[in-house]
Amino acid sequence: MGIKIVDDKCTGCSLCVKSCPFGLIKIVSREEVGKPHPKYKKIAVIGEGCNLCGACLEPCPLEAILIEREEEKPRVDISQYKGVWVFAEQKKGEIQGVAYELLGEGRKLADELGEKLSCVLLGEGMDGAAKELIAHGADRVYQIEGSILKNFQDDPYTDVLSDLIQKEKPEIVLMGATVIGRSFASRVAARLGTGLTADCTELAIDLKARQLLQTRPAFGGNIMATITTPYNRPQMATVRHKVFKKAVKQENHQGEIIKESVDGKNLSLRTKLLDMVQDLTQTVNLADADIIVSGGRGLGGPENFNIIEELARTLGGAVGASRAAVDAGWIPYSHQVGQTGRTVCPKIYIACGISGAIQHLVGMQSSDIIVAINKDPNAPIFKVATYGIEGDLFEVVPALTKRLKEVLG
Amino acid sequence: MNFIVCIKQVPGTTDVKIDPKTNTLIREGVESIVNPFDSYAIEEGLRLKERMGGKVTVISMGPPQAESALREALSMGCDEAVLLTDRAFAGSDTLATSYTLACGIKKIGEFDLVICGKQAIDGDTAQVGPGIAEKLGVPAITYVKKIEEIDQARIKVERMMEEGYEVIETNLPALITVVKEINEPRLPSLKGMVRARKAEIHMWTASDIECEKSKIGQAGSPTIVNKIFTPPPRKGGEVLLGDPEEQAEKLVDKLRQAKVI
Ligand SMILES: Cc1cc2nc3c(=O)[nH]c(=O)nc-3n(C[C@H](O)[C@H](O)[C@H](O)COP(=O)(O)OP(=O)(O)OC[C@H]3O[C@@H](n4cnc5c(N)ncnc54)[C@H](O)[C@@H]3O)c2cc1C
Ligand SMILES: Cc1cc2nc3c(=O)[nH]c(=O)nc-3n(C[C@H](O)[C@H](O)[C@H](O)COP(=O)(O)OP(=O)(O)OC[C@H]3O[C@@H](n4cnc5c(N)ncnc54)[C@H](O)[C@@H]3O)c2cc1C
Ligand code: SF4
Ligand code: SF4
Repeated sequence: MGIKIVDDKCTGCSLCVKSCPFGLIKIVSREEVGKPHPKYKKIAVIGEGCNLCGACLEPCPLEAILIEREEEKPRVDISQYKGVWVFAEQKKGEIQGVAYELLGEGRKLADELGEKLSCVLLGEGMDGAAKELIAHGADRVYQIEGSILKNFQDDPYTDVLSDLIQKEKPEIVLMGATVIGRSFASRVAARLGTGLTADCTELAIDLKARQLLQTRPAFGGNIMATITTPYNRPQMATVRHKVFKKAVKQENHQGEIIKESVDGKNLSLRTKLLDMVQDLTQTVNLADADIIVSGGRGLGGPENFNIIEELARTLGGAVGASRAAVDAGWIPYSHQVGQTGRTVCPKIYIACGISGAIQHLVGMQSSDIIVAINKDPNAPIFKVATYGIEGDLFEVVPALTKRLKEVLG
Repeated sequence: MNFIVCIKQVPGTTDVKIDPKTNTLIREGVESIVNPFDSYAIEEGLRLKERMGGKVTVISMGPPQAESALREALSMGCDEAVLLTDRAFAGSDTLATSYTLACGIKKIGEFDLVICGKQAIDGDTAQVGPGIAEKLGVPAITYVKKIEEIDQARIKVERMMEEGYEVIETNLPALITVVKEINEPRLPSLKGMVRARKAEIHMWTASDIECEKSKIGQAGSPTIVNKIFTPPPRKGGEVLLGDPEEQAEKLVDKLRQAKVI
C-alpha cells in the first residue's frame, strides 16, 4: 500500500515535482539515496505526508510513479443497497431550490441504474410538500412528521436519516451542500461508517463498476477531483447549489408517499434553537441568488454601496463584497465572497471595483457569466471576466442601472 | 476549563497556480500555513481561556512537518500541542481523519469544548468537525460566528445560515466550527515564540492513541480520490468599449442575448 517511485524507470526529469499540491516531491542525487543507475544521475523522492491524491501520476511521461492500493473487498453487502435518495431540505415548510435540482439529477442517475428515485422529507405539516416532490419526479417520498423536525437541528435529523438509511438501504444519497446539508451529512456518514463526498459539481454513473463518480472542486476551485466510494454503501454526496437544472413539474407523475410520525422522546436533542434572525441588510441571500452584484475597495466608502444595491435591486439580485470592503466595515461579513467568505455560483456575477485577488476568485469563478467593472486594465479580475468593462464604476454602474431600467421596464 | 483546538497544516493557496503549458498545479516555493479558519479557532480558544481560565490544547494529524503549525499555535499562547503522526494515517479521508482525531482527543483527556475551523482550504470538505463530534458522541454546532455566552455547563452561540443566523444553546462538552467573523486572530508574541521554540510537542502514533487499525488511514477511508485534474481555464473574455453609456448598452444586449435577464 502506498506510493512508490519505480527506481529503474525514473529519469529525474522533474516533470512531476510541480504537480504535487503539497510540494512533497523532490529530485535528489541517486548516489545520495543509494540507488545508482548507469544512465540517470537523479531520482524523484516523495516526502512524508502524501495523501495518495494521484495528481503526480499523469505528468510523469514514464509511468514511474505508482500508487498501490491493497486488494480490497467490499466492506458491506453491496447488492442489498438499491435506489437513489434525495434529501429534500425544507425551511419554514418550504422545499429549498436545491432539492428540486437534486431531483432533476437524481432522476437521471436512477434511470441509468434502473432504480427508483426517493425523497426523504423531514418536517411538520408537510403533506403539500410531499405531493410537490412526487410531481417533480420522485417515485417515493418518505415523509417523516414530528414537531421536533419542524426546524432543522443536527441531532434529531441525524437520528432519523441514519435510521431510515439503515432500514431501507439506498445505494446513493444526495443532499444539498447547504449549511444544513454540510452540517449533518457528515454526522450521518460517520455514524453509518460510509463515504461522503463534499460539494459535488458533477455526478455520473460508472455502470460497469456500478459506482457513482463524484466530481468536486478542491483547493478553492483550482483543481477538480473525482471521488468514489467503492466498498461501502450508501454512496453519499453533498451537491452544490445551482449546478444542476431543477426537475420539471409533471402534474400526472405518480408516486407513493410513506408517511410516518416520530415521537420526539425517542430522538436525541442536545441543542436548543432559541432564535432565527434574518439579516435585514440582505435582500436576497447569496446562495440562492441568480445574480450577484459585488463591490470592493474601489467603492471608496460605505455610502457608495447604494449604487451597488440599486443595480442589484434592478436585476433582482443580491449584494456581495470583497474582503477589503468587509474588513473596512462598509458591509457585514455575511456578504463576503471568497475563500474566507462564501462560495457562490450565480448565473451573473458583477464585480465592481474588485481587483480579483485569488482569494476572491476562488469564491466566484464558477459563476456562469462574470462581468468586471474596473478602472485598471491590468486588474486580474479581467482574466476571469466574460465581459470586461474598463472604466470608472461611479459612471458605469449608474449607466448600467439606468439602461436596465429602460429595458426591463 | 479544557479547550481543544484542531488545526490542519495546508499549502498556502496564494501560490497555487496553474501552469498554462502542462495544465498542472504549480507549487513553487512551497509554503505551508495553518489553515486560515483554524487561526480563528485558536484565537477563540485563547479568548475563552483568558475569560474562563483553564487550558488550550492544539491537536493536528499530519506528517512530522506539521509540527511547525503546532509551534505557531503555541507561540500565539496555546498551552499544549499534540501531533498525531504515523505512516498508518496516510491516505485518510474525512471519516478516518475524524476517527483518528477523536481517538487523539480522548487520549488528551477530559474536555469542555472542541473548536475546529469551518473548513480546510485544501480538502475544502467541512466534514471533519461534525465527524469528530459524532465519534466523540457530543453535540456539534457548525459555522459559529459568535459565542454569546458560555459557562461551566453550557454554551450559547450564533450560527451563520444562508439568510441570517440562528441562536443555539447546548450543554458542554460540545464541538463548534468557526467562521472568520468570530474574531481577529492575534499575532504571536516574542515571548510566545521563544517559548514555542523550546516547548515539547507530544508526538503520538497509531498505537499511542489506541485506535482500531481498520478505521485509520486508507483502510478506514471509504472514499478514494480517483483522479485529479485542473478545470478548463475560463475562456478569455470580451472587452466592451465605448463611453459608460455605450458600455452599459452593450452589456445589457449581451446579457439579453444570453437570455440571463
Ligand atoms: C487568508 C486570506 C483569505 C482571504 N479571503 C478573502 C475572501 O474570502 N474574499 C476576498 O474578497 N478577499 C479575501 N482575501 C483578501 C484578498 O487577498 C484581497 O486583499 C481582497 O480581495 C481585495 O479586495 P478588493 O479587490 O476589493 O480591493 P483591491 O485589491 O484594493 O482592489 C480594488 C480595485 O478597485 C479598482 N478601482 C478603484 N477605484 C475604482 C473606480 N472608481 N472604478 C472602477 N474600479 C476602481 C482598482 O483598480 C482595484 O482593482 C483574503 C486574503 C487572505 C490572505
Ligand atoms: C482533492 C481532494 C479531494 C478530497 N475530497 C474528499 C471528499 O469529498 N470526501 C472525503 O471524505 N475526503 C476527501 N478528501 C480527503 C480529505 O481532504 C482529508 O481527509 C483531510 O484530511 C480532511 O478533510 P478537509 O481537508 O476537507 O478538512 P475539513 O473537513 O474541511 O476541515 C474542517 C476542520 O477540521 C479540522 N481538521 C481537518 N483536518 C485536520 C487534521 N488533519 N488535523 C487536525 N484538524 C483537522 C480543522 O479544524 C479544520 O478547519 C479529499 C482530498 C483531496 C486531496
Ligand atoms: S499522490 Fe498527491 S500528495 Fe502524493 S506525491 Fe503525488 S501529488 Fe503529492
Ligand atoms: S517520477 Fe517521472 S516525472 Fe518524476 S522525475 Fe521521475 S521520470 Fe520524471
